[in-house]
Amino acid sequence: MTPSEGARAGTGRELEMLDSLLALGGLVLLRDSVEWEGRSLLKALVKKSALCGEQVHILGCEVSEEEFREGFDSDINNRLVYHDFFRDPLNWSKTEEAFPGGPLGALRAMCKRTDPVPVTIALDSLSWLLLRLPCTTLCQALHAVSHQDSCPGDSSSVGKVSVLGLLHEELHGPGPVGALSSLAQTEVTLGGTTGQASAHILCRRPRQRPTDQTQWFSILPDFSLDLQEGLSVESQPYSDPHIPPVDPTTHLTFNLHLSKKEREARDSLILPFQFSSEKQQALLRPRPGQATSHIFYEPDAYDDLDQEDPDDDLDI
Amino acid sequence: MARERGQLVFLEGLKSAVDVVFQAQKEPHPLQFLREANAGNLKPLFEFVREALKPIDSGEARWTYPVLLVDDLSVLLSLGMGAVAVLDFIHYCRATVCWELKGNMVVLVHDSGDAEDEENDILLNGLSHQSHLILRAEGLATGFCRDVHGQLRILWRRPSQPTVHRDQSFTYQYKIQDKSVSFFAKGMSPAVL
Repeated sequence: MTPSEGARAGTGRELEMLDSLLALGGLVLLRDSVEWEGRSLLKALVKKSALCGEQVHILGCEVSEEEFREGFDSDINNRLVYHDFFRDPLNWSKTEEAFPGGPLGALRAMCKRTDPVPVTIALDSLSWLLLRLPCTTLCQALHAVSHQDSCPGDSSSVGKVSVLGLLHEELHGPGPVGALSSLAQTEVTLGGTTGQASAHILCRRPRQRPTDQTQWFSILPDFSLDLQEGLSVESQPYSDPHIPPVDPTTHLTFNLHLSKKEREARDSLILPFQFSSEKQQALLRPRPGQATSHIFYEPDAYDDLDQEDPDDDLDI
Repeated sequence: MARERGQLVFLEGLKSAVDVVFQAQKEPHPLQFLREANAGNLKPLFEFVREALKPIDSGEARWTYPVLLVDDLSVLLSLGMGAVAVLDFIHYCRATVCWELKGNMVVLVHDSGDAEDEENDILLNGLSHQSHLILRAEGLATGFCRDVHGQLRILWRRPSQPTVHRDQSFTYQYKIQDKSVSFFAKGMSPAVL
């Protein structure tokens, strides 16, 4: 493969990964952690959407607009529509500069668009919204925004919508995360080993089984993706290469299996409380030569020696 | 000396708390939430910070690049504020100190460790996600040592700097002395070499 072919193949794979994340539309959940931050990947996806000619809206709550735009060239920056909720998200300055209704109002306003142009909405971050809004309200708004292109009747006039939500996993319990996960068409969980980041991508295509894959990558200073070779695996069950599989059935002090003879012996055994006709006959017929048994009894002073059956329930 | 020059503004929380609880206040006090049954936010405390950072009108040179030191946020949780309210306070401080005035913030928060304090975990993780640099001071796994007081894990979270490999973390061990701290690589304390 010539260097140029290799570069094209590399770019091709990069586009494939980004394409697969953006192609489905709907809600794309980027789950990051303190150790493996996800804003860089969010910015890479924003850049890709902008380069594809989509309308890109950013709901910026966590970082300043300058910090978010850092690293993008002017071409990309000109295409981004930035809604700033960083400076005064709770309207403490009482200047009413902020969008009325706050970030939720801005998100709901995006449900009412009628453009045929595909649009990407980046939420930085979904965690910020989830900590301050009721989960149900947020989920309803997200569902309305991300599914407006699949509403019956008017679907031809509205372009595809992708909502990219950055979610910091450690901040929320399993309930809200599960609710958001069920709304998402694509989930990307960031992780990695020392020095190398990975993305576990779970795609839910309509009427198909969900697919998952793990991709190793790094993000360059201009927010393009550099995919790493070799470690990309498809739906592999996780196995730790350092621990050899141990058979727990060795060195037991009891039998887990029966041999053929033991099995036959077990099957032919009559259970002690199973009342068969042979047993009944044996009980009724006194055995020849068997002496009657004697009971030697020394009565106490208080014993009742009445032989009659006081309860009248013995069938003798 | 810094205080005399107006370079240092110090809010002594404990003393200030006594003032707000035992004396009637005309204006909103930075620690107003101590008096309120359902204090929703730390807006008065933020307004105190913002006022303290305003340039003095006396004509002296303005101080540039302020530093806000907060010691420590876990106390605010213990006093009844919710984790999100404390995060909002830090958010507004960041907007003013870091973005508007191009300064820096250093915030101390305690890790509840095994104690499973949900509010503290939300505060700690929320702060970590907002931070560009995380310093984790912890004791040695092997226990107390006279010459090595603990170890410090440093985690960079600033991905846009090309010279610093992103998500790099280092671990150093340290010994606290009278007015300074000496650092050394793990296992390299002069006492054991």
